[in-house]
Amino acid sequence: MSEGSGKTLRFLCPNGHLGFAPLKVESFDIGVATAPDFILADSGSDDIGPGPLGSDTSTAPEQWQRHDLEKMLVAARKLGVPMIIGSAGDTGSNSRVDLYVQMIRDIAAEHGLAPFKLGYFYSEVPLDYLRRRMDEGERITGLDGRGDLTTDELNATDRVVAVAGVHPYIELLNRGAEVIIGGRSSDAAIFAAPAIRAGYSEANSYYLGKVLECASFNAEPYAGKETVIGTISHDDVTVTAMHPDQRCTVASVAGHAMYERSNPFFENVAGGTLNMTDCVYEQVDPKSTRVTGAVFEPSEQIRVKLEGAGKVGERYMGFVGVRDPFTVARIDEVMEWAKAQVRERFGEPEEGGYELHYQVYGRNGVMGEMDPLKHQTAHELGVMVFGVAATEKMAEEVTLTGTRQMFYARLPNTKGTAGGVAFPLDEVTRVSPAYRWTLNHTIGVEDPLELFQLHTTEVTAGVAPELEVAQ
Amino acid sequence: MSSATIKRLSELAKTVRSKNAGVDRITFDIIFEDRNSYELVKRSKVLTRETVSKLYGFDPARITDFVEYDPALAIKFTILRERPSGSAGDADIFGAQQYAPLLDVIVPLD
Repeated sequence: MSEGSGKTLRFLCPNGHLGFAPLKVESFDIGVATAPDFILADSGSDDIGPGPLGSDTSTAPEQWQRHDLEKMLVAARKLGVPMIIGSAGDTGSNSRVDLYVQMIRDIAAEHGLAPFKLGYFYSEVPLDYLRRRMDEGERITGLDGRGDLTTDELNATDRVVAVAGVHPYIELLNRGAEVIIGGRSSDAAIFAAPAIRAGYSEANSYYLGKVLECASFNAEPYAGKETVIGTISHDDVTVTAMHPDQRCTVASVAGHAMYERSNPFFENVAGGTLNMTDCVYEQVDPKSTRVTGAVFEPSEQIRVKLEGAGKVGERYMGFVGVRDPFTVARIDEVMEWAKAQVRERFGEPEEGGYELHYQVYGRNGVMGEMDPLKHQTAHELGVMVFGVAATEKMAEEVTLTGTRQMFYARLPNTKGTAGGVAFPLDEVTRVSPAYRWTLNHTIGVEDPLELFQLHTTEVTAGVAPELEVAQ
Repeated sequence: MSSATIKRLSELAKTVRSKNAGVDRITFDIIFEDRNSYELVKRSKVLTRETVSKLYGFDPARITDFVEYDPALAIKFTILRERPSGSAGDADIFGAQQYAPLLDVIVPLD
């Protein structure tokens, strides 16, 4: 590992959300052939809704997760460089970390890799811990306009993960880990940790992480899952596209700073804020852009972000079509009739403990109240009906009533008196339970490792229990 | 105003997109290829906190950020969601289809 003035380190990132879709092999191989110093990827996202965290599942299929882990592990061990994965399995929950750790063991055994040290850490925060901290008077502060966490909201929560900063990664590297599987983490921290540990400024290190975390989304033309390499020095960060047809341009790199973020100037991590207001972007060769001017502002107290999800209930879905122009024009009355029938059976949603939602496609199904064209209706409508309730049976009945009663809506003066809507299926379908994000908060900690449990283990080929059985 | 003196935003911008920014917000990016188009739209004041609130019919207080971002030739704003992403009743878990009304914003060319 190179350190000192003028020295650089090179970080390869092949995928902005490992598992969501497989990395593209051609640009990955090109990147690996340049012998980078680290191979890293983020595997998490809160874009996927609260369901995976609440129900402790992944949205990514295991074969895609495994595909990328295999490519990365084999390349990293061949080069003898660290491999780091953050936010394992979309949510970074403990079961997802265990899943990836097992995959690493399996892949190592399958390829007969020489022994290496594997570090991993858990990010889940026990609900009792949060309860205790709240009892002690700790404010768990809401982000993005949310209020402080209440006991009611905590009680409605099934699972919480803390979003790690650089600290667990640096500690595991200090303990000699050559491969790291991280629980939930700040995307940028995964990349920043080894750079900070190697002596680079926090500003350049976090900027490196910020610019690399989505892989080729910082390049043009638009193409996901292609490899990019970030190079850090004491003076700058340079990012280079590996795909033969992609380039990291001033526009694509600067543009990436605002992707999926409230504003392009600030990135909050545990321990401070990366300020990108005065970043300067320069094209240094056709495929590379150099960035200078990032500033890191340490915070007085370390506050760690918490993400939590809670189950709302079981969920069913129904669908109806409408073609009669008279009914199309009065679709709100039709839905109101069906809602009234559900109310008659179960009472108001609050007291009855259910939710009933309609999305009217052909009018404003996608945008709801925000649609400026919400008063313009197509000649036919598709209405999706969602019912949520504590039990499967009740969710089914709410949804079935809310769907089928549209057929019986009593519109005055209607010509069609044999059924007001069309059913492509005369049934309702069970879909995944409804969850909601209950925590988008931060909590103060004295020790930045306090919320994370770190482990290291030796991986030697042949230790994978499944393979031992198979042999 | 005749059509020679106006353009739609979709004719001037390279990228118009929306996407989640965390679980409680949606962010909108309008990115231009050339500085002239970017400066033209900035000057025209057709994209401001007030105009987009009116376009979408929401309370301006829901806008948490509104920036003109020169390095990327971009105008960007962020709003609070009505409900967190993926809650029952949310029709756009990724917030990826909320930009459509911006495409037809009329920009005067003078």
